[in-house]
Amino acid sequence: MNEERKMNKTSRRKFLNFIIGGGLLGWIASVFYPVFSYLVPPKIPEANVNSIKAGAITDFSPNTGKIVKFGRKPVILIRMDDGEFRAFSATCTHLDCIVQYRQDIKQIWCACHNGTYDLNGRNVSGPPPKPLEEYTVKVANDEVTIINPAG
Amino acid sequence: MKMNWKTNKIYEWLDKRYELTPVIEFMSKKKVPVHKHMIWYYMGGVTLFLFIVQVLSGILLLLYYRPGADTAYESMRFILTKVNFGWLVRSIHSWSANLMIFFVFVHMFSTYFTRAYQKPREITWVSGFLLLLLALGFGFSGYLLPWNELAFFATKVGTDIVGAIPFIGKPLMLVLRGGDDVTGATLTRFYGFHVAVLPAIFTTFLVLHLLFVQRQGMSEPEHLKNLPDAKKKWMSFFPNFFLRDALLWLIVLNVLLFLAVFYPWDLGFKADPFAPAPAGIRPEWYFMFMFQTLKFLPAHILFLEGELVGILAFAIAGIIWMFVPFWEVRPQGTAKIHFMNIAGMAALIYIIIFTIVGYMV
Amino acid sequence: MKNFLSLSTFLILFYAMANTFFIAEILYADNTVPSLSEDHCLTCHREMGILPSGFNENDIHMQPGLSCSGCHGGNPASDDPEVAMSPKNGFAGVPTRAEIPQFCGKCHSSINFMRTYRPRIQTDQVEQYYTSVHGKKLRLKDQKVAECVSCHTSHAIFSVKDARSTVYPLNVPNTCKKCHSDPDYMKEYHIPTDQFARYATSVHGMDLLENKDTGAPACNDCHGNHGATPPGVESVSHVCGNCHVNNLNYFTASPMAEPFEQLDVHACEQCHGNHGVQKTSDEMVGVGESSVCIACHDAGDNGYHAAEQIHHQIKTFVNLYDSAQVRLKDVQQKGMDDVDILFLLQEANQDLIHSRTLVHTFDPSKVAAKAGEGIKKTNEAIVLERQEVKDYHTRRRGFGIATLFITVLAVALFFKIRDMEKLRKKG
Repeated sequence: MNEERKMNKTSRRKFLNFIIGGGLLGWIASVFYPVFSYLVPPKIPEANVNSIKAGAITDFSPNTGKIVKFGRKPVILIRMDDGEFRAFSATCTHLDCIVQYRQDIKQIWCACHNGTYDLNGRNVSGPPPKPLEEYTVKVANDEVTIINPAG
Repeated sequence: MKMNWKTNKIYEWLDKRYELTPVIEFMSKKKVPVHKHMIWYYMGGVTLFLFIVQVLSGILLLLYYRPGADTAYESMRFILTKVNFGWLVRSIHSWSANLMIFFVFVHMFSTYFTRAYQKPREITWVSGFLLLLLALGFGFSGYLLPWNELAFFATKVGTDIVGAIPFIGKPLMLVLRGGDDVTGATLTRFYGFHVAVLPAIFTTFLVLHLLFVQRQGMSEPEHLKNLPDAKKKWMSFFPNFFLRDALLWLIVLNVLLFLAVFYPWDLGFKADPFAPAPAGIRPEWYFMFMFQTLKFLPAHILFLEGELVGILAFAIAGIIWMFVPFWEVRPQGTAKIHFMNIAGMAALIYIIIFTIVGYMV
Repeated sequence: MKNFLSLSTFLILFYAMANTFFIAEILYADNTVPSLSEDHCLTCHREMGILPSGFNENDIHMQPGLSCSGCHGGNPASDDPEVAMSPKNGFAGVPTRAEIPQFCGKCHSSINFMRTYRPRIQTDQVEQYYTSVHGKKLRLKDQKVAECVSCHTSHAIFSVKDARSTVYPLNVPNTCKKCHSDPDYMKEYHIPTDQFARYATSVHGMDLLENKDTGAPACNDCHGNHGATPPGVESVSHVCGNCHVNNLNYFTASPMAEPFEQLDVHACEQCHGNHGVQKTSDEMVGVGESSVCIACHDAGDNGYHAAEQIHHQIKTFVNLYDSAQVRLKDVQQKGMDDVDILFLLQEANQDLIHSRTLVHTFDPSKVAAKAGEGIKKTNEAIVLERQEVKDYHTRRRGFGIATLFITVLAVALFFKIRDMEKLRKKG
């Protein structure tokens, strides 16, 4: 009888140790998995406050404009006839519609109420009360980067 | 202790070089008194556990956080939205900070009421009080780092109060703020305090505090001291108390995770030094009782400014509290009323009431 | 060296003196223009407290050389009223209403005169004025009709760009309203007097009067100012097109333009109203109760069918967009990442605006094309939203699993401790 009890106790102890060992391993795994995941940098490796990569030069033909995402805000990137790049905030200063580049008049235009901005971002015609904020564009290694001049 | 052949070999290797055996002997003999109030013995360990969680989660946050008025808030948003489990690490860090300070207070008051500060543990108490102050410093400096609206104004108000201290107040405020106002310079400084200066000082005092505890063992409550040795109940630190500690730490960890997942910490709005202060700025709860006291004081008391009187009163109270082991009033004879209990209860009740009032107003 | 220094010093001094002489000549050459403090018209009338009502010292004409005598004539240099206000010195007194356009036109219609003050200013105001109803009636001796000072005031005139001016864009509706909203005053003209009231509730009126948007149209933006004329069919639709470019272009190219002209139906105004134009609703296009299409189209005709289709396309898009907005609120409330979703929805919103503008082509295929683009973007946003909500729940599930491990470990630990202590007890 004692032997049985001893056997039970031993097997119970072994079982307990097994659970503890297993539980400990599981616990360590559930701690290390998030930690390692955390250490792996996300696709965009930094809190890109200040600049974004807009693409390769070849993606933008002259006399065209494209809307790109800059953090939370839309920015219009324009490649002028002579190949130079300019970038401006794409939110119209009148009632917040998204502006577009007009190839015919070679200016920035807002379809909502016919507001026009020149290629320096200045509001030249229509209801917009203020110019568009300008962003800096840098071209390096055939890649176009848009930088927020404020930060 | 059961050791298989592997650990045996390692142990022998180390022992030959560092004479571990006396240390192991000493540690295996450590005992903890067993009695119905022994739950308070665990409070220090929980605080230590939470501190370790802070260090680890803090290091992880360090890898992505960027101090600076232009980058702090944005890097926080990045951690919360783009970094894998960033939301979890951040919320754990914020909750653990609050829990740690809570348990520091619990630990302090429980050692007070069990009179563990008495001889020979006076310096343990003093070092503990300093650790409390450092922990509050951690809380204050860390709170600013997300650079959001509430943090900005709470820091402004808090450092304004520092500026009210006579003589040293203004220079101290300038040093804290890195200038006349709270700016990006303040943020950089607080970051330096929070990740370098305070950890270094805290660790030093912590090691001392723990060393003292290890060397002297746990204090016995009075009724136990008067019992004959045969009747006293003991528990070995290793493995019994240690395993119990581990169990409690596991539960605390689970509570922490629950809080982090179901009550995640807010990011708020980015700080704008030129915007007016939003309604309802409050310091964190652990400063609330002092803040509320200052608000209640009249503008002038005798010939001094009310705020100044409040600051001085707290400073004096703190000093008195820190040196409790040295001025303790022992009860005369069989008097049932212990002056120390009354003083302690008064302090505790004051803190609780004023903290609650602070949130109701 | 010394010689060179003394020579150059002498030359410099000589040069400076010579220039000073020239400058002094120019400065003091014309001493016939008195400053305002020497303008006796102003100083006497001010002292005696008999300045004209509404007189404002910052009036644009209150300048040396112009001021009172510039319009009323007389000699401001003399403080003797007999001399200063003598007809021999050109004093013209107060002009009658009918004389006012000429009175102002004396300067304002003369380009040679005006260009010395404002080279680019227009000088056709009086000419334009006489083409307007106001001008025509004034010629017929109507004493109630508006002339220059009715709108510009006589002695508180400011530049159009000055916010104090009665003709500053934000103030124009209130200026016109003085007559045009007064039913008693306008009784004999038999025209409506509800224009301002309607305008104040319109999209344009609310934008201008409440949001202070100077980009919003005031009365003169559609009606003209000096050549104000009641608009005919064409003038209204063209005017709307000044700002609402695409709407007008699409309409003119659409199959509706010709029938409208033939039936003498006013474009834009027919469906949107004029003074009281409200924010458009999607119910305006279609075959429902509040649609404008069924005013002419009956069930079965092509227009009816097109209206139905267009309404359906827009409505489908709008419903999807609205559902995406609801989900977005949920994502935000759960504290999950909304940046990419917001951006997509912003683009989708642009497509929605454009789709609604394309209604004016009255071509379902065009509306469908643009709405389709917008629907695609909205669906992309919804996918992201679903993902965020899923992640939110995954986090909670992950917590559940972690808790499970911890609980298992804790329970095992608890039993282990108990076990150990039983052992110890046993010895």
